[in-house]
Amino acid sequence: MKRVYVNEEWCLGCHLCEYNCAFANSGLKDMADALKGKNIYPRIHVEGDEKISYGVSCRHCEDPICVKSCIAGAISKVDGVVTIDRNKCVGCLTCVLVCPYGALAPSEEGTMQKCELCLKNSCGEPACVTGCPNRAIVYEERG
Amino acid sequence: MSNYVIIGNGTAAVGCIEGIRSVDREGKITLVSKENHKVYSRPLISYLLEGKTDVERMKYRSDDFYDKNGVEFLPGISAEKIDTDKKEVTLDNGKSVSFDKVCVATGSTPFVPPFEGLDSVEKKFSFMTLDDALGLESAITPDSRVLIIGAGLIGLKCAEGIKDRVKEITVCDLADRILSSILDSECAGIMQKHLEENGIKFILSDSATKFEGNKAYMKSGLEVDFDVLVLAIGVRANISLVKDLGGEVNRGIVVDTKMATSVKDIYAAGDCAEGYDASIGANRVLAILPNAYMQGFTAGVNMAGGDKEFTNSIGVFGLHVMSAGSYDGECFEEKREGVLKRFFVKDNTLIGYMLIGETERAGIYTSMIRDKVSLDTVDFELLRKVATTFAFSDENRRKKFGGVV
Repeated sequence: MKRVYVNEEWCLGCHLCEYNCAFANSGLKDMADALKGKNIYPRIHVEGDEKISYGVSCRHCEDPICVKSCIAGAISKVDGVVTIDRNKCVGCLTCVLVCPYGALAPSEEGTMQKCELCLKNSCGEPACVTGCPNRAIVYEERG
Repeated sequence: MSNYVIIGNGTAAVGCIEGIRSVDREGKITLVSKENHKVYSRPLISYLLEGKTDVERMKYRSDDFYDKNGVEFLPGISAEKIDTDKKEVTLDNGKSVSFDKVCVATGSTPFVPPFEGLDSVEKKFSFMTLDDALGLESAITPDSRVLIIGAGLIGLKCAEGIKDRVKEITVCDLADRILSSILDSECAGIMQKHLEENGIKFILSDSATKFEGNKAYMKSGLEVDFDVLVLAIGVRANISLVKDLGGEVNRGIVVDTKMATSVKDIYAAGDCAEGYDASIGANRVLAILPNAYMQGFTAGVNMAGGDKEFTNSIGVFGLHVMSAGSYDGECFEEKREGVLKRFFVKDNTLIGYMLIGETERAGIYTSMIRDKVSLDTVDFELLRKVATTFAFSDENRRKKFGGVV
């Protein structure tokens, strides 16, 4: 299946992916309404230093440990996409305790959130990818 | 066609069903459940009382889970005996079910010491099952004074669950600190202060010796008046089905890394099982949910003829603290305003940690314990400050992020 990959050598460390992610998942039409003056809760975040940087989001693992660990049965894998039922999540942070990539974090409401490839929002394809100015983030099939 | 019997209906049982079905779509699965509920998430009972979830949402799997997986579900029935000669499990309704392989996923039972006068206490509860939680909920009022015996995870989660619904909560424990099995004194002290600021009272290094109606007499001479008593002293693994067969048991049913017990064709998983824990290099019962699922899944795969191994090394979690692994190593500390992190290192690998105040992305640390990552290959100084994959070597990082994992 297609996943999000980041090419370190192209990443500028501009953090635009984080803003595009927060906007895409805000449900709002206007970027300024969604983000201006607010704390943002993106599902991708940029790591690194001045020389090397790269965005990290859910890897949609073949054998996801978060799914097996969720105490509420709120995380499942549907058609290859690791997805959270935020209605069932109680925000206990067990998924944070186990994810080797640090890809899950609390949302503004306290329930957990993670990259779901923008398949549930109106974007339809990952906003971090479409908005990356240097094409450092790609959405593609790899073996 | 294989005939599988699962005894128990908790997380390990679900893991076992999903493990079997990952290998064998056809075999017959019978599930014997003492509780008269479809599977629900047991750790959520405190969140239920807190109002963060409800009975519908705390279902661990959807209602059609058993049907979809071709499981014959027998609720409200206990297994009394496993007969390895006849290859059948005797049930308390007089019937029996035959098996090729059994998974014992019977969990644990609250341990209640023989307190003098406990019978005279009208409203007393354990805090283990959905029925316990619903019973406690119907017993408390906004005027209730609640005494909780035991300052472990169960007692404290119970306190958290009901704190806004009762007048007063006192938690007592024989140990000199709260969460004594997972935190050292300093970390426990920080947690205790946090809970006290939330209105919970503690009586530590003390124990109840006697009850008379709504009064507890403590060893120290203290007398505590209460309306509702919660007994959260500890649990005992339900090992009798395997013990009766002469199978190897300690505190739990001893299993190997494939979750097989010492008795042929009998597996065990979850809180009743005692498996190998890579972080301490010995067997122990690690009664946490992720472990139960993964042990159950492993048992299921092996029961169905697959090949899978699992060793505990996840850790224990709680409130605003996270901890994992074991603490028998050199300690590295990172301390700043509102944050205390302790990392334990042995043989140049991370073997455990405690985090207070900053738990973001802690799974990066947990994965280092799980994978026994050599500290020579990472920037450990950076990692102690912040959990970041940037501390891994370029090669390792590119492998993690460049392909399918």
